[in-house]
Amino acid sequence: MSEIAVRRKGKLGTSIWAIGAWIIGILFFFPVLWMVLTSFKTEADAYSTTPHLVFKPVFEQYASVFSSGIGPYLVNSLLATVVSTALVLVLAVPAAYALSIYAVRKVQNALFFFISTKMLPIVAAIIPIYLAARSISGLDNIWTLVVLYTGMNLPIAVWMMRSFFLEVPSEMLEAARMDGAKLGQEIRHVLLPVVAPGIAATALICVIFTWNEFFFALNLTTIRASTMPVFLVSFITSEGAYWARLAAAATLASIPVLLAGWFAQKQLVRGLSMGAVK
Amino acid sequence: MAVVDAGRISARGAAMRRRAPLLPALILLFIVTQIPFLFTIIFSFQSWNLLRPGSTRWVWFQNYASVFTDGTALQALLNEVLMTVLAVLVSLVLGTLFAVLLDRKFPGRSVVRTLLISPFLIMPTVAALLWKTTMLDPVYGILNYLLRQVGAGPVDFVSSFPMTSVIVVLVWQWTPFMMLICLAGLQSQSHEVLEAASMDGAGPLRTFFSVTLPHLRSYLELGGLLGAIYLVNTFDLIYMMTQGGPGTATTNLPYYIYQRAFQGFDIGQASALGVVTVIGTIIVASVALRSLFSVFKTAEARA
Repeated sequence: MSEIAVRRKGKLGTSIWAIGAWIIGILFFFPVLWMVLTSFKTEADAYSTTPHLVFKPVFEQYASVFSSGIGPYLVNSLLATVVSTALVLVLAVPAAYALSIYAVRKVQNALFFFISTKMLPIVAAIIPIYLAARSISGLDNIWTLVVLYTGMNLPIAVWMMRSFFLEVPSEMLEAARMDGAKLGQEIRHVLLPVVAPGIAATALICVIFTWNEFFFALNLTTIRASTMPVFLVSFITSEGAYWARLAAAATLASIPVLLAGWFAQKQLVRGLSMGAVK
Repeated sequence: MAVVDAGRISARGAAMRRRAPLLPALILLFIVTQIPFLFTIIFSFQSWNLLRPGSTRWVWFQNYASVFTDGTALQALLNEVLMTVLAVLVSLVLGTLFAVLLDRKFPGRSVVRTLLISPFLIMPTVAALLWKTTMLDPVYGILNYLLRQVGAGPVDFVSSFPMTSVIVVLVWQWTPFMMLICLAGLQSQSHEVLEAASMDGAGPLRTFFSVTLPHLRSYLELGGLLGAIYLVNTFDLIYMMTQGGPGTATTNLPYYIYQRAFQGFDIGQASALGVVTVIGTIIVASVALRSLFSVFKTAEARA
């Protein structure tokens, strides 16, 4: 086969590959796209036996979602997500540092403990947590959720952060120590530059799981401390399951994490592999 | 003598200092997970219904006996296993395929990757609503629209095939997760090895199965383990899509425990179910974890 023929075959192959990938990508994304489209429809358009891809967009669904009192739920979700993610990082980074650079003894045991707490299904702890929260009037309290979400994401965060710390070349650390670098300097000049993307990736994973969490939010809150997933449920109960309006509420609930994930997808790839298997 | 003592004390001090950064995380986790679980175990030996205060008494293994004679509990256990295993396996296979698709350069690759990871970022409650209404609805759903075009249907997917519907949504959400992990694995593959394989005359399929797949093994194990850990807790989807029904067709353990605890207020029964769930999870996961940790150790030995 001549070189040109090979190249042409390669080009054709790439086109077929691209078309296939695009079709799969669009099919997979379609439900999300459809949700966003539906949110701009009138209810009459949404309930049509022939689905319309092209229609005259209206914004009344968003207006009615905003007037239905979504505000406090959004604030609660933001608060729970931001505070618990910050707490997770504050706790997980030193722990991961101890488990990698600082090399405490019995690293395996500690790591095993961290990951094994993740083996504990939430349902196995919910009853005592509910009763404990009830007895200290921590029900329907956003700070109860903050503490639980911190505990929920901590194991995976320690694991992820550890793998990023392990990537710090030991020669760099030794060189810094030889030069008499203090711990603060060591952290600022040697560790942070390497580990910063890892912190971003870990934060993103925590944000995703916290923002989307439903089980604790449903069972431990009623009104005051409820988060976005619970808003959706109460929205259906109070406003009825009208698709277009529901789609608007669902879009609003999903958009923050969707955008965060899109912008940080490189970190997501790196973060999820977690270096545990590098 | 005194010198030795001082040395020992300072060594102990150093060890304590080394452990200090670990402690806050360990203590929080202990309080939030281990202590509640301990109480769950204690409650599981009691007959305790919140609706009948003062009737609490020790019944030891009676709750466990009724777990294994309660048809719904056994059904929930079966559904749990079916749901988790099938969702993990199918999303692993699809995720691997998608990762391979994305591992090659083509126009718009990053856009396609963005499209493909989106389902993982969608709130599970939203995913359940989306699929139940706009996709699977017997009258206005897109799937039934497509079926009508070929003269078939209508099919009420969620009532007629509840388990399949739930698994489809789970797979839709978790395939991107598996894909991302696999993608990291593919990108860490050395090009020399791949080139050598093709120099030796191995076709792309042969190369994939004899070179790439073994390399991906540890990544697939990690994906499977993490996926299983999260999928065991599937609740949102069931709550929003099927409410465990029709009947008990999609009741899994978390949903059944929720029903026993928060609708039946039966603390003892629900706790026993929780303990059974944990034991099951540990058995399944320890097998997976052991293989993962062997990978872990070799990575450390190399480092």
